[in-house]
Amino acid sequence: MAKRPLAPCCPRRAMFHSLNQMLPDAAAGACDVIELTVNDRKLQLDVSEQMPLLWALRDYLGLTGTKFGCGAGLCGACTVHLDGKAVRSCVTPIASAKGKRVTTIEGLSAVSDHPVQLAWIAEDVPQCGYCQSGQIMQAAALLAEMPNPSDAQIDQAMAGNICRCGTYNRIKSAILRAAGNPNQNMALNAGAAVDSGLAQEATEVQS
Amino acid sequence: MISRRDFLKVGIATGGGLLLGFSTLAETRAADAVGAHANGPDASASTEPDFVPNAWVRIAPDGQITLVVSASEMGQGAMTVLPMLIAEELDAEWGRFVTEFAPASQTYANPLLGGQITGGSATVRGFYTKMREVGATAREMLLQAAARQWGVSANSLITEPGRVVHPASGRVAQYGDLAEAAASVPVPGSVMLKSEQDFRIIGKPTPRLDTPIKVNGQAGFGIDAQPEDVRTAVIERCPVFGGTVKSFDAAAAKAVKGVIEVIGLPHGVAVLARDYWTAEQGRQQLKIDWDPGHLADLSSEGITQALREGVEAKARTATKHGQGAAALPASGSKSVFRAVYQAPYLAHTCMEPMNCTAAVTDQGVTVWAPTQAQGKAQQAAAQAAGVDAAKVTVHTTFLGGGFGRRSEADFVTEAVTLAKRHGHPVKVVWSRPDDVQHDYYRPIAYNELAAELDAQGMPKTWVHRIAGPSIWQRVAPSRVKDGIDPSAVEGAADLPYGIPNLEVTYALIDPGVPVGFWRSVGHSQNAFVVECFLDELAAHGGHDPYEYRRKLLKGQPRYLGVLEKAAEMAGWGKKTLPKGHHHGIAVAKAFGSYCAQVAEVSIESGKPRVHKVYCAIDCGVAVNPAGIEAQMQSGIVYGLTAALSGKITLKDGRVQQQNFNDYPALRIDEMPTVEVAIVGSGVDSGHTIGGIGEPGLPPIAPAVVNALRAATGKPQRELPIQL
Repeated sequence: MAKRPLAPCCPRRAMFHSLNQMLPDAAAGACDVIELTVNDRKLQLDVSEQMPLLWALRDYLGLTGTKFGCGAGLCGACTVHLDGKAVRSCVTPIASAKGKRVTTIEGLSAVSDHPVQLAWIAEDVPQCGYCQSGQIMQAAALLAEMPNPSDAQIDQAMAGNICRCGTYNRIKSAILRAAGNPNQNMALNAGAAVDSGLAQEATEVQS
Repeated sequence: MISRRDFLKVGIATGGGLLLGFSTLAETRAADAVGAHANGPDASASTEPDFVPNAWVRIAPDGQITLVVSASEMGQGAMTVLPMLIAEELDAEWGRFVTEFAPASQTYANPLLGGQITGGSATVRGFYTKMREVGATAREMLLQAAARQWGVSANSLITEPGRVVHPASGRVAQYGDLAEAAASVPVPGSVMLKSEQDFRIIGKPTPRLDTPIKVNGQAGFGIDAQPEDVRTAVIERCPVFGGTVKSFDAAAAKAVKGVIEVIGLPHGVAVLARDYWTAEQGRQQLKIDWDPGHLADLSSEGITQALREGVEAKARTATKHGQGAAALPASGSKSVFRAVYQAPYLAHTCMEPMNCTAAVTDQGVTVWAPTQAQGKAQQAAAQAAGVDAAKVTVHTTFLGGGFGRRSEADFVTEAVTLAKRHGHPVKVVWSRPDDVQHDYYRPIAYNELAAELDAQGMPKTWVHRIAGPSIWQRVAPSRVKDGIDPSAVEGAADLPYGIPNLEVTYALIDPGVPVGFWRSVGHSQNAFVVECFLDELAAHGGHDPYEYRRKLLKGQPRYLGVLEKAAEMAGWGKKTLPKGHHHGIAVAKAFGSYCAQVAEVSIESGKPRVHKVYCAIDCGVAVNPAGIEAQMQSGIVYGLTAALSGKITLKDGRVQQQNFNDYPALRIDEMPTVEVAIVGSGVDSGHTIGGIGEPGLPPIAPAVVNALRAATGKPQRELPIQL
């Protein structure tokens, strides 16, 4: 894939601030301070041990890249890594993350350059994008365990992650690409066939 | 330096269509930009009320170009395709600009819809010419500015992406260097638009601008809004539609550690806490005495019975050709075929559950909303807060799916009501069961069909009687004329097939379940009904369903264009399919576009398995083929999910489904490969531009059902599919 256009600024980013300044407040309570390692940072939280990891990440640590979809481990939008394994953070009590490494989409790579993220960009996978953090975390865990998954293995590993927009074909292409086997038939660069002559060259727009 | 007043004049002079920015604008812009707001309720104070950024383009002296995106981005690619239109005519460097979502203002109303609404597959249809004119106007002013500076005629200048060039002298000026001078240039009365062969951007498969921030968690959705001091609210709503709170006991809920407040609302009780989970813990402790209202006995059986009883008795004629229903011979004739087709209520289940964040202060109301309808959100917020709409600032976030559900403003009303009562910013978050059980559902539909075939097996009379609730009756009653809700009969009353006697009737029967827009609206069920019944007729006469349609679509080149392309892609009737695999075909026109699909289906373990879908789309003008391909896949998945498993049922006035376990969504292991071809589309094709977000959906259910009929010999007249 050739040059990408510059990323637009995320106009809303300013209000999605990291809530780090809230941490002292969160830790102000006396009892049950839970120590966590999130994206290689050691953190302390004063919340119930039963609170699902999802809400600790989102509402106390400001890591909102991990999404709430079903609250019941049915859709995969909340997928994060616990010691490198994909888990559904909406049904994972924070107690079970104690002493383990939690990795969220924000910590998957330093500059969005994890092979799965690069493949996702190359295949232009997202639509609404809401499920994509979970999809990417699931795919990254799959490839860490199984560098060359078959179609069936991809299906099996990814079947817990719902996308209502229908990005499944491109997700599969991106996983194959990240594994080093880009599926040219399904790649974006093949583009939709256009009959009209309006867009004969199925190339990316470049300046 | 131009004064702020002059600057505003420029904005007005362009009819709100153009605004060239200056260095002095930088501060104002920072306060104005949708998301550049500081956090928290005080943010609204920094928005000067007399400054509505009634503009689409800003060019700063440092060269930064800002394009305002007037439509919501819910996955359909608005944030990419609208800038494509402006950038094409502005001759901006692709990608070397920033975008921001428009605030709530009639300035940004979709010309086709008359309101600031993202729906009806209308974004490109409505803005195609307007956005190009916006870009062309800006470019023309930059040319004039350069002409003045260099003392040459504007005709002697050209633009290259991002700059003006005087080829004769080799002089070059970047757009940013001309921005200040350009603002004092008279706004041109009219501008020339590029011709198709000069397009650099329109028509080229273009990657989405929002992909990079959607692969690293940075894209801000509504649910991610975190103004300072925000509290999360969850609401236990009356499980029966229209029911209200009689009384409630909040003591146990308040006793949950972390619960901050419990607030009674007419339709439910809200629990507020710092985080969602704690609020949910409190919610589970609520004791509420409900007044269930008059729908407590509502059941799916009762609703179907009411529709069945009313379908003929309450019928109003939507369309009639020839002799209409009168042409049907008395019952018992062997040439008459009858069938009953049914489609259920459907929930939307956007991946992002409904939510909204609001802050109410003396200065006004600030709302962060994943909304498809900024104007409606603004009105709802104003009403809930008891202030003038001008006091409401709406920040549109990214939408985690919309599908029509987010054209409603119920979640906005809740957030603003609670923020006002509570005194701190409040984020209302719905659980998934809340989302499934308190939706505005795709209307249920009951259909009776009858057709008479001639000696060759071709239909000479077609009667289609529809019964169901009306969306427009609730949303805009004036749209219901003579008892006909146009959305309930779309795709049925405008049947394209050449049938001499045609009658389509509609009986508006409202059981009380809230109904709303669901991707492709009436087409979502009518294409299934029409295309499957037609397939049955073809089979009765021993015709190939594809050839049958071709005969009946004589003189309809755009229908034929997509139909023949889809058949060609699939190798219809030519390709030998694997054993047990069957093809089904369907075609539909919706939202100005024509779409045909062939589905390759087999039955595995007693269940339908869709292997492949061939999709041909004619949308008149294909602005971003890559986006069109994605939207076809998207419509197919959304429609296939519904066809295979979508069904909302009621018992005792309550929705019986609650999450993805009992209201499933298609998963990757059930996903067919989808091949898309764009046909007949071009600016100079003479075709009007069609929509893309919805037209890919209608043909999928009938294509799959028709393939199953081919496989089993039995019609499938009710969705979801039950083998």
